[in-house]
Amino acid sequence: MKVMVCPLNGPRNISEFQWLGPVQDAPEATGKNLIDRLFHAPNPMGVIREWWRHMPSNTVFMAERNLITDEILRTWLNGADADKPEGEA
Amino acid sequence: MPMELLKYGLRRGHRPYADIPATPELRKRYDVVIIGGGGHGLAAAYYLSHYHGITDIAVLEKGYLAGGNTARNTTTIRSNYLTPPSIEFYREGIGLYETMSQELGFNVMFSQRGQLTLAHSDAAMRSFRLRAEMGKHVGIRAEVVDAQTVRELCPQVNMDIGGQHEVMGGLWHADGGTARHDAVAWGYAKRAAEKGAEIHQRTEVTGFGIAGERVTEIRTNRGTIAAGQILQAAGGMNGHIAALAGLKLPIRNFPLQAMVTQPLKPFLDILLSSSNLHTYLVQSSRGEIVIGGATDPYQLVSTRSSLPQKEALATGALHLMPFLHNVKILRQWAGITDVTPDFSPIMGASPLQNYWLDAGWGTYGFKATPVAGKRMAETIATGRVPDILLPFALERFERFELLNEMGATAAGH
Repeated sequence: MKVMVCPLNGPRNISEFQWLGPVQDAPEATGKNLIDRLFHAPNPMGVIREWWRHMPSNTVFMAERNLITDEILRTWLNGADADKPEGEA
Repeated sequence: MPMELLKYGLRRGHRPYADIPATPELRKRYDVVIIGGGGHGLAAAYYLSHYHGITDIAVLEKGYLAGGNTARNTTTIRSNYLTPPSIEFYREGIGLYETMSQELGFNVMFSQRGQLTLAHSDAAMRSFRLRAEMGKHVGIRAEVVDAQTVRELCPQVNMDIGGQHEVMGGLWHADGGTARHDAVAWGYAKRAAEKGAEIHQRTEVTGFGIAGERVTEIRTNRGTIAAGQILQAAGGMNGHIAALAGLKLPIRNFPLQAMVTQPLKPFLDILLSSSNLHTYLVQSSRGEIVIGGATDPYQLVSTRSSLPQKEALATGALHLMPFLHNVKILRQWAGITDVTPDFSPIMGASPLQNYWLDAGWGTYGFKATPVAGKRMAETIATGRVPDILLPFALERFERFELLNEMGATAAGH
């Protein structure tokens, strides 16, 4: 069983989670980056930052995952300091 | 006679027959370098050498011949897609499969047994009607059939009357079939090598030298080479190889998992799939039931398998054929697919003048092996992208001229 740590509910079976796709650099699609934003999602041979949802509790959060090893490196709630994991100063 | 055979086999200096020559030394330059020694690359080498008089070819393969997605796919050949450009393209592919064994003098075991996709919902029936009409419009054999016809075409299927997955009808595609994947790749490789094309196994592309808008050198783990023209046909690694050449392709990787059961006596003489259950079944010529389905639910550049996905495949298979419940799984595996936003491939020119793309094959590359090879060879030999490939150009994303095949490929293969 593959386990993912929900920032709200702790470690849960990966089957309880829904993958919502990579976090894009630009928050919104505008004229200049429209093509990039729509069609060129990140696909690195390494670590990717992405949106996930814990379905039973409808908790949407962020995760960092290695696309080669499928290792989930960290998960955190997206707040005002979205790029910092919880507990980090 | 057996004694003679034994003596022949044990004779000193006996050289076993080899279809594919051993990997030669890498030369400094080739007219055409093909990146990727899978079905597509080898087919392109065949058509270049046999139809266009270009024999100074090197096929570079990181691993072993046809060991990537050519080895890992589940060999469904069909043309019942949704958009006319796709249907035309895959129809040409089926035509080439029909004559492939004769053309190559190599038995690829093409079996045109027909494909039946089941609908368990009204929405699926509705989409089948659209696909059938589009197919008829272009001129392939595709028709919507009712539950009674499903029963006649495939008496083994569990109709689940009144149940959770009641079969409401299906899309019958008489042109559909299957072939032996290794034989397809080896047949093309053998005939291309006979004309002088070099197949370099365990030769990994590590980078490119680019001057202006041309690729001037290809760096590999066995040395640097120059090429007149380059074809990239690298399967799951397409996005990453293109990145080495400074090109950004709209491609993401997802694993696609499959498995086979222990061999059974022949009972399933069609290709069976279900668009609602995301499962398809085909009995191989060895008797194994090949079970495939949708890609993994999240991005990954890995050929690892996962229990949830295998369970989903087994669940779908058991819904369709409950009597398989005591049958053992013999092998399981995964491939890395290179999926585009519109579920259509990217073929033709790249922003670099001598660099051609055969990419974005997602979950549907095997059926296109001959036609992609033939048309990409034509493109490289003439320097002009043929009309049939134009809708698949990379620029379609910039022009918002997407070729949406999501409804036709997500589960059907």
